[in-house]
Amino acid sequence: MKNTLKQLMHSSKFVAGAGIFIIILLTMLIYPLINPGNPLEMIGVGTFARPGLYFSLYDAMDVPKETLKLSDAEDKRLESIISKSDRVEMLAYFEKTGVDVTDVTLDDVDTILDLWNQNFDENNKPKGLTNAAWRNYKTLNNRLHKIGKEEREVYDVDPETGEENRLMTVNGTDYINVSRITNTKRLVLGTDNFGRDVLKELVSACGTSILIGLIAGAVATFIGLLFGLLAGYLGGWVDDFIMFLTNVFTVIPSFVLLILISYSIGQEQRGATVVAIVIGLTSWTWTARSVRSQVISLRNRDHVNLSKLSGHSLFRIVVTDILPYIASYVVMAFILQVSSGILSEAQLSLLGLGPKTTTTPTLGLMMNWAMLYAAHTNGYWWAYFPVILTITLISFSLNLMNTGMDQVFNPTLRD
Amino acid sequence: MSNSNEERRSCLKGVGVTKVFGNGNTRTVAVDHVDFDFKEGEIVTIVGESGSGKTTLSKMLLGLIAVTEGEIYYQGAPRDIKGAKKKKEYWKNIQAIFQDPFASYNMFHKIDDVLLDCLDMRGCRNLPMEQKVEMMTEACSFVNLKFAELTNKYPFELSGGQQQRLMIARIFLLKPKILLADEPTSMIDACSRSTILDMLTKLRDEINMTVIFITHDIGLAYKISDKVYIMEHGKFVESGDAEDVIIHPKADYTKRLISDVPKIYEEWDLSTV
Repeated sequence: MKNTLKQLMHSSKFVAGAGIFIIILLTMLIYPLINPGNPLEMIGVGTFARPGLYFSLYDAMDVPKETLKLSDAEDKRLESIISKSDRVEMLAYFEKTGVDVTDVTLDDVDTILDLWNQNFDENNKPKGLTNAAWRNYKTLNNRLHKIGKEEREVYDVDPETGEENRLMTVNGTDYINVSRITNTKRLVLGTDNFGRDVLKELVSACGTSILIGLIAGAVATFIGLLFGLLAGYLGGWVDDFIMFLTNVFTVIPSFVLLILISYSIGQEQRGATVVAIVIGLTSWTWTARSVRSQVISLRNRDHVNLSKLSGHSLFRIVVTDILPYIASYVVMAFILQVSSGILSEAQLSLLGLGPKTTTTPTLGLMMNWAMLYAAHTNGYWWAYFPVILTITLISFSLNLMNTGMDQVFNPTLRD
Repeated sequence: MSNSNEERRSCLKGVGVTKVFGNGNTRTVAVDHVDFDFKEGEIVTIVGESGSGKTTLSKMLLGLIAVTEGEIYYQGAPRDIKGAKKKKEYWKNIQAIFQDPFASYNMFHKIDDVLLDCLDMRGCRNLPMEQKVEMMTEACSFVNLKFAELTNKYPFELSGGQQQRLMIARIFLLKPKILLADEPTSMIDACSRSTILDMLTKLRDEINMTVIFITHDIGLAYKISDKVYIMEHGKFVESGDAEDVIIHPKADYTKRLISDVPKIYEEWDLSTV
């Protein structure tokens, strides 16, 4: 045992795989301590807030202002108000109204602005322009009024009398220190369609998914091991019967079976554990087959014969003379089952047949939500890409561990 | 050497014993209607080339695989080993030494476990530990091993010869009535071989054990056995006292086996019949 572990530690693949997996596990354990609370709490009212640092505008007004004269501040502001596409639109307007713009380049913001202020007439719609385009030009024009204003006023409106009290004047050179704002929130991965913190949700979902994988893997390995041992060791009609059952389960695509079972269980009863057990119940066949073939080659070995001659019971022979010889293989099969269990859950949930949606997030459910709310078509990458990356990483690390173990336990594969 | 005693009781007897593997196109008759009668306290050798069915016969005698046809008699009565309990009882009387000592031990069990198992089987489970150690030490010293050096070691840490001697120590502890030795010397060097043969004959002399010795080496058979059975393609082609069979062979197969034995001062005839 100690030797085997030592050998495993020399396998770079196993160490890399185990390393990634342990980092994921540690993140799962430590992150909730740093950022406690319900992972499904809807903190945002809107949908899909971008990742970034959020601070309270309300609190920001109370923070004392400092004046910073930064030379490039004005240019940046201008750029954010008239974007490149706006400038293209403006040039198109000039061409329509017959203004000569042959010498004007796109980067010459000042010239374009001057020309605009001289030529744009709000009450005179050029011929051949659709109403929608004209509306867009008018909105753009309104926005452009802001430019050039040195300061902006903030008013407090009394709701009863409608009286306006000037609260403060904000200059272009006014700055506040973000760290002095009372309420700030960093949303590393933004929020999802329900306004939930994606990172917090992801960490929690990762835990649930790994748990589902472990349960599914344990169930599948247990059934496969039991059937494989019985079929291989007992032989005869027991073998025939179990192999018949295994063949039936192999021939029916397990994913179809999985969908049918999940569907028939119904939304209400479908917790994470139930889904995990269902996945386990449909994926044991390959373990059973391979364990059986290994046991058949083992049962005629001399050490098993000697054990029989020593009067050991069937149970004892299976547990002490056969199981230890296939233990490394079973561990490897278990790891692969865990990995495929996580993937199966993701597939099922993507189809809307995963665990019920209100209590626990899983990686598959997060993808399902992202898909339902069209995150992928609208470019809200933070809602689905980190999930895909996490699934890939977990699966990759487990498979890497498996390959490493294979090389240690199968000396013919060592390089 | 062959002082056959007619007074000896029959120990293991077979009538028309047959083993067939597979069916249809893959049907193989491994052992084909063999008759034999092994007497108590005899050293019987079954000689035959590879694939002649020696090991299959030995497994049937041990009760590890079922007999397809025919009947085996144990101590005069038909052998009844149906059920785990009867099998266990049968195995108290018949034990085996296998060909490959390296494959004969469970590599996860220590040597102590192997020997303690034998004591349990003899019904010494409840003896105090000191007494068990004493018995194990005695068994080890019978085969020139030191128990103090072996304790807490694994069988694979020993050499092939030591492992095979440990196997004999096991037999010494169990003291079965019949010992089936399936080519016990084929995997080890010539020096260890004579020691092991010596120990087997010593065991026979001490506890009047029947030794059924399976080998492909007819010279060895001549040296140690009282009775010889020559096996070819699952059939006994010749049997009888070792002296008779080997000095005056009748069957062609026996003659060929004898001519194939390399002799030191003669040219070795490699042409087969």
